[in-house]
Amino acid sequence: MAIIKGKVFVYGHDVNTDVIFPGKYTYTVTDPKEIASHALEDEDPDFIKEVQPGDIIIAGKNFGCGSSREQAAFCFKYLGMGAVIAESYSRIYFRNCINAGLPALEIKNLLGKVKRGDVVEINTETGTVLLPDGSTVTFPPLPPEVDEIMQKGGLDEYIKAKLAAKNN
Amino acid sequence: MGQTFAEKIFSKMAGRPVVPGTILTVRPDHVLTHDNSAAIYSTFKKMGGKKVDDPNQILIILDHIVPAANEKAATNHQTVRQFVKEQGIKNFYDCGRGICHQVTVEEGFALPGKFIVGSDSHTVTYGALGAFSTGIGRSESAGIWATGEIWLKVPESMKIVLKGKPKPYVSSKDVLLHIAGLIKVDGALYKSVEFSGDYIENIELADRLVFTNMSVEIGAKNGYMAPDEKVFSFLEKHGIPRDAYTPIYPDADAEYAETLEIDVSEIEPMVAMPHTVDNVNKVSNMHDVKVNQVLIGTCTNGRIEDLRIAAEILKGKHIAKETRLLVLPASSDIYLKAMEEGLFKIFVEAGGIILNPGCGPCLGAHEGIMAPGEITVSTANRNFKGRMGCNQSEIYLASPATAAATAIKGFICSPTDL
Repeated sequence: MAIIKGKVFVYGHDVNTDVIFPGKYTYTVTDPKEIASHALEDEDPDFIKEVQPGDIIIAGKNFGCGSSREQAAFCFKYLGMGAVIAESYSRIYFRNCINAGLPALEIKNLLGKVKRGDVVEINTETGTVLLPDGSTVTFPPLPPEVDEIMQKGGLDEYIKAKLAAKNN
Repeated sequence: MGQTFAEKIFSKMAGRPVVPGTILTVRPDHVLTHDNSAAIYSTFKKMGGKKVDDPNQILIILDHIVPAANEKAATNHQTVRQFVKEQGIKNFYDCGRGICHQVTVEEGFALPGKFIVGSDSHTVTYGALGAFSTGIGRSESAGIWATGEIWLKVPESMKIVLKGKPKPYVSSKDVLLHIAGLIKVDGALYKSVEFSGDYIENIELADRLVFTNMSVEIGAKNGYMAPDEKVFSFLEKHGIPRDAYTPIYPDADAEYAETLEIDVSEIEPMVAMPHTVDNVNKVSNMHDVKVNQVLIGTCTNGRIEDLRIAAEILKGKHIAKETRLLVLPASSDIYLKAMEEGLFKIFVEAGGIILNPGCGPCLGAHEGIMAPGEITVSTANRNFKGRMGCNQSEIYLASPATAAATAIKGFICSPTDL
């Protein structure tokens, strides 16, 4: 599916993984539904009441900084969200998104052009995002080695295929 | 053209010269995991993993919720112990040995020239001994257990040169917080940061580890310092002979994406105010900040040198009436040493509580959770909202000296204010 269309939730710079998924849950909450229910708990308590499958996060620079906890990426995946768009990512967070099979696009200067509730449309084939004002912005493709993981839907399936190939 | 440390070690891993931006599949010397090993094990099984690729590559240290705070944590530990037994993993340290980043150093896994990844962002710590080390996610740790390999991008490098002699009571923590304030939490994003200069050469390994431990707080992929005699003799004392590793040094003509020079003699005792590490200010600007709890320890500042400084300030004094003091040594070795040196007597007589080595309060897991409206001064590395278990509390980061003085006065202050 090349088109991801959803309403956006907009956040600022340096949103850390502690406010996306609090540390107190990282070793006690393991059920995907329950992980999803804590998404952005300490940043935006209303988020969980409003989010719908297909919705998109738009944020500033250094999104997902701090702890390596991957629940901070998987919680969005478990909610069925369409993608995350940020000016830049903390490197472990970016990796966790890829491993979750959650598209993480790097696009600069979107803050100020979109507001909460706006609908944007991502075309992953052409590498473009259609904004509410009708304009489009582009994003670069993933390196082939990394895209391969995304194409499998995440690292679980990628490794599973790799192990199966090795054992045959 | 010469190579930086990162370019050199990635070239060694690849078996050919590589440049920044190249994506490589590498086989790390070690993959470190902790209490999250239980969740990683379940992902490993989901991936179709049966036997791990290389049991000796795996390093597991239980530290995040030790001893177990509840049934769930206890069951996690139980799962990890079963996994370790089943897979024949020798490099396993159960509850009580200490915080993984200190234990990895003390047990001789963090060696010059080694390549280590870990499912904990503070895996960057080992760069102070000349290793390449960086944090990864849980799923990719499971991937390494299954295949032995992981993809990584060769980072650009940044050089931070620290020169001069610091003022009294200005520690490596104060210098690091000053840097965070200067370049902000994404100042070194994706980069390999090499710390150098006469200041770094003159300080001890314990102080150097603070810089690499917190290099992730300025966005770095890894932190590095050229290993020297201080590192070699530390390792020798821990049973690692000098011929057991090959140090890697950057070339003199290496090219850096950025170079920063800082004169440390100008720096004053610093704090990071709520809720980000780069929200720094001088301790001397802190007026009437009443503190409910002080935490001295963690993987950032829980070494014997840190406890000695705190004890020196607290000796013969008592903490403020409405302030609690928690002391958290980073490992069982440090715990024993502190006990033998009589430091615990000083802390307990001052009104403090000695915690067992572990991560507990730093991530809000247990032991020292805060209440709404409370303020903690902590020697840890993060002060994010909710970090210590309550999103309506506030955390200030500081050095062990500032933390100890603050505990006595009950308000944020320097030892010189006592």
